[in-house]
Amino acid sequence: MQKYFTRMGDGSGVYLDAEAIGQDLKEGTADAARRGKIPELAKDELDYLFEVVTSPVNIASVERGSEVVTSSDSGAFKINYQADISMDRATAVQVHEKVLAADSLDLGNIDYSYKVVKAILNDEAKVMENVQLNTIMPVLYGAMPNLGLYTRPDGPVDNWSELLPLGKIDEARKAQEEAIELAVKDMYYISGGMFKAGADGMNFDTCGASGDADVIAALRAIEKVKKDYPGLGVEMGMSGEFIIGMHGRLEYGGTRVAGLYPHDQVKLAEKAGVNIFGPVVNTNSNMTFPWNLARAVTFIKACVEAANIPVHANVGMGVGATPMSPVPPSDAVSRAAKALVEIGKADGL
Amino acid sequence: MGSGDPFGNEATQEVAVGMGGIRSAGDLVLRMQLSRGMKIGQAKEYVAGKLGVKPPELGDCSVMREIRQDLDIGYPMPDPGAAKGIAAKIRIADLLGITINSVEQFKKRSGLS
Repeated sequence: MQKYFTRMGDGSGVYLDAEAIGQDLKEGTADAARRGKIPELAKDELDYLFEVVTSPVNIASVERGSEVVTSSDSGAFKINYQADISMDRATAVQVHEKVLAADSLDLGNIDYSYKVVKAILNDEAKVMENVQLNTIMPVLYGAMPNLGLYTRPDGPVDNWSELLPLGKIDEARKAQEEAIELAVKDMYYISGGMFKAGADGMNFDTCGASGDADVIAALRAIEKVKKDYPGLGVEMGMSGEFIIGMHGRLEYGGTRVAGLYPHDQVKLAEKAGVNIFGPVVNTNSNMTFPWNLARAVTFIKACVEAANIPVHANVGMGVGATPMSPVPPSDAVSRAAKALVEIGKADGL
Repeated sequence: MGSGDPFGNEATQEVAVGMGGIRSAGDLVLRMQLSRGMKIGQAKEYVAGKLGVKPPELGDCSVMREIRQDLDIGYPMPDPGAAKGIAAKIRIADLLGITINSVEQFKKRSGLS
């Protein structure tokens, strides 16, 4: 029986026959549909994904004219800090623009959290000013709400990760509510500074990393920023496919935030004034690439259908069917991108 | 996009599905998404209309290089004297009929507005 080369979710190679690939595609879409209460992919869509997975080419791509645009997270430090090349961030932005053909980029501090940037805003603003003088593409400022940093011993409020195991639910909720207020203030302050520095927009990235309170903080900050700086574009990127209820009772516009999947998350983002939404679908490194691909495309398709704003699917390592590896294999990366654009109908990555 | 080595992720994604930034018209389409919340099809139609091309041509670097040179809105491997950085963005704001924050801040600081 013919076997096809494909990948596991960690990027390692594996040979599977047609039956196994078809079965994994079916199970992947079924898993997304069951968790998100969204439709499974249709048979013709699964057949197309089968063709994408089993195509013998190294790099798969979309048809001419179906290309999309790209935004980013990581604060322009993929080349310098991550790839370990001696280069400042302002230069790295120009490399992304003129060498890697990026459509936009975000500038950010290596300690990628708004709370950390508060103390160095003046210096970060000067880098943004230089970048804006020398680049043509849109450049945003990016960081995470990262509510956990507001807890003791690093921050001023009680630590809910310590309180919850002790059964102190009310105290844990109160601490999160206090942290939200502090984080909103910081995110608004930094957005104002970056507006004056000429940023094209703000990237509120990895929202939800500390649970539902983290998302609420971002949404409230975005609401304030869009009210006072309407010319500042806003991208909101998520940390995971599902918002964890560390608080459990927080609502935004009458909707409980805990437990939402991408197609519901985007509606809250729209309400807050977000211009570009970045949903995440987690890659399961123990499952195959076909399983992860069908699952990611199912979630993204539902999110795009629900959205009135552009959706940029997250496709970094370990999300959006991209294998969980610091050097993701190009065959899998390109197939994930193609499928998310062609079947998921993503407006960008 | 996201983390991962720039060749495996960013370069691969741009080659596979990307518009190509300032090599073509990706930066212009992205600007319409970020400033007006336009979906990809709508943003392409808008930019194509402003440039007088068909949407599929927006991702074609040979078509777009000539247009970008003619309009002097910035392009890679630039000729001497070509508009760069903020100079190119002043022209882009005018071309697309949008406000670009860095252009507004530059005008304020230089006394041009």
